[in-house]
Amino acid sequence: MGWLETLRTSWDAIRSHRLRSGLTMLGILIGIAAVILTVGLGEGAQQQVSSAINALGTNLLVVTPGSSTTGGVRGGSGTSVSLTASDATALGDKSVAPDIQAVAPSNSRSESLTAGSTNWTTSVVGTTPDWLGVRARTVDVGRFLTNQDISGEAANVVLGPSTAQELFGGADPVGRTVTIGNIPFTVVGVLASEGTSSAQNQDDQAVVPISTASDRIFGGSTRTSVQSIYVEATSADTLSAAYQEANQELLTLHHVTDPTAADFTIASQESLLSTATSVSKTLTILLGGVAALSLLVGGIGVMNIMLVSVTERIREIGLRKALGASPTLIRRQFLVEASVLGLAGGLLGALLGIVGALVLPGLISSTITVSPTATVLAILTSIAIGMAFGVYPASRAARLAPIDALRSE
Amino acid sequence: MSLDMTTPIPPVIGGPKTVIGIQDVTKIYQTGSVEVAALGGVSLRIDEGEYVAIMGPSGSGKSTLMHIIGCLDVATAGSYFLAGEDVSGLSENELAVIRNKRIGFVFQQFNLLTSLTAWRNVELPLSYAGVPKAERKRRAVAELERVGLGDRVEHKPTELSGGQQSRVALARALVNAPSLILADEPTGALDSKATADVLNVFSDLHRAGHTIVLITHEEDVAARAQRVVRLRDGFIESDTSNLVGGA
Repeated sequence: MGWLETLRTSWDAIRSHRLRSGLTMLGILIGIAAVILTVGLGEGAQQQVSSAINALGTNLLVVTPGSSTTGGVRGGSGTSVSLTASDATALGDKSVAPDIQAVAPSNSRSESLTAGSTNWTTSVVGTTPDWLGVRARTVDVGRFLTNQDISGEAANVVLGPSTAQELFGGADPVGRTVTIGNIPFTVVGVLASEGTSSAQNQDDQAVVPISTASDRIFGGSTRTSVQSIYVEATSADTLSAAYQEANQELLTLHHVTDPTAADFTIASQESLLSTATSVSKTLTILLGGVAALSLLVGGIGVMNIMLVSVTERIREIGLRKALGASPTLIRRQFLVEASVLGLAGGLLGALLGIVGALVLPGLISSTITVSPTATVLAILTSIAIGMAFGVYPASRAARLAPIDALRSE
Repeated sequence: MSLDMTTPIPPVIGGPKTVIGIQDVTKIYQTGSVEVAALGGVSLRIDEGEYVAIMGPSGSGKSTLMHIIGCLDVATAGSYFLAGEDVSGLSENELAVIRNKRIGFVFQQFNLLTSLTAWRNVELPLSYAGVPKAERKRRAVAELERVGLGDRVEHKPTELSGGQQSRVALARALVNAPSLILADEPTGALDSKATADVLNVFSDLHRAGHTIVLITHEEDVAARAQRVVRLRDGFIESDTSNLVGGA
């Protein structure tokens, strides 16, 4: 009896118990669909995060105040914040840091913006003209901030496209007035859209001169300190050199002799990326593990049903043996039957997973990337599960003595 | 019944015309700590073309003997030659091949697979023998025509009468051209008309030269055979020729 014949016999047996076979497949089906969806969700999140980080701009380093201090002692000798506007100015000095192209200190806070009778709460970013290049943004309408705006503490604002839309509807916002913290600002420009792939909405923000923001909006201790300094290297090749220069310069400025006690952190895009992806990888592994468990349960279901099937078909097995089916052949037949159950469940599960990946993003607003590798792997796994859990029932069937099998009524 | 033939025919194992050569076969079942001897030492020779009925009350060992003859079970001790081949020491896989090639079984309930049509039931032994599909169908249909079921080829067992089912089972037993037809109470589930029908088929087969071993507890069924072997308590009680019966 050839393999094709065995396959047909198995298929007949599966078809003759439609409901039971269907329910058995369901276990595998759900498991495979869950694996494909969770892995897809994880990969989707990973892509989302990396595109968000890439959107920050190329050749970018981000300096943030010390998270590497220990025991609560910060290196800034008594000051509560460790990065200042003068740090940013120093980093921008070409003679000190030749590999640094541009520097943009930035402070941001959530503020309420009012235009006429409309108000909108968004992130107000105080920064310098270099921000535009460093963050790889462009201006859609009007102009960006100028050095005159900074030195003159001008009450000028550049809006993100979403923000402009929220405050002014379709009307041209350039030249209109927006009130931030009781101070009327003149809209001088609107940023071009960054796209929607970012985790945080880069299109919804208001950019003002850092001097104006520090002195007139935020006030307090933020007058001289900055929350982050964006540093752009001259090219991707000089990124590590720029990192070294910025690090050395800041250590000197902050009088820190031990580099491990630095009161600031310099993150490159790459390090941000690897942190973010490792987080979502962990999540994927966790979710995938849960899904794999459900696959295991599905496999146990296959074994259960195959054992029932062997018991139920004892007479048939006996007869087939009497007619010349060897134990090897009987074992093969039940193994093939279990594998077919697994494969059918796997294929249907993959289908359900792919349909889910197409439908779900519309409902839960997160991308699901179905990876072909994961899908093929999942289907292969389903066959393997069918086979692995079919081994025991199949060898039970093979070991049945034909007379015992024929005797049972 | 003749009384002068009670001496067992001395077996000549492996003779050219010998289909079954059984020598001092015993079968002991272990039930917990109790050993039950189902067969106490049986020697039997059946030659080609013979039509033998094996009789005996329940517990006489006739079923055990039938299982050993049919290679469905192996003897505890003794030797068994089937069509000149020693089958006493074969493995399960090897016994499967012997069953497939040498023996055509007819079971009491016919044991047809209800999900398969008549011809698919008949072709089963051929498929285990590795015969190509087209030839299987041709031979299965030819065999069904031979037992008079040429118009029932595509019927399922549930659509056939008891007599027709028994003939499907016969066709299945014959399809692989076995050395031996082994029937276990083939008329047990049939009415008298169907019984007569089936016994006529057996008689025809006997005339055609087939070797038939038939296990039964019905005297009138045994009366149609050429030779009757009676078992009691695991031993052969008598082995007689039917002068009046036979073909």
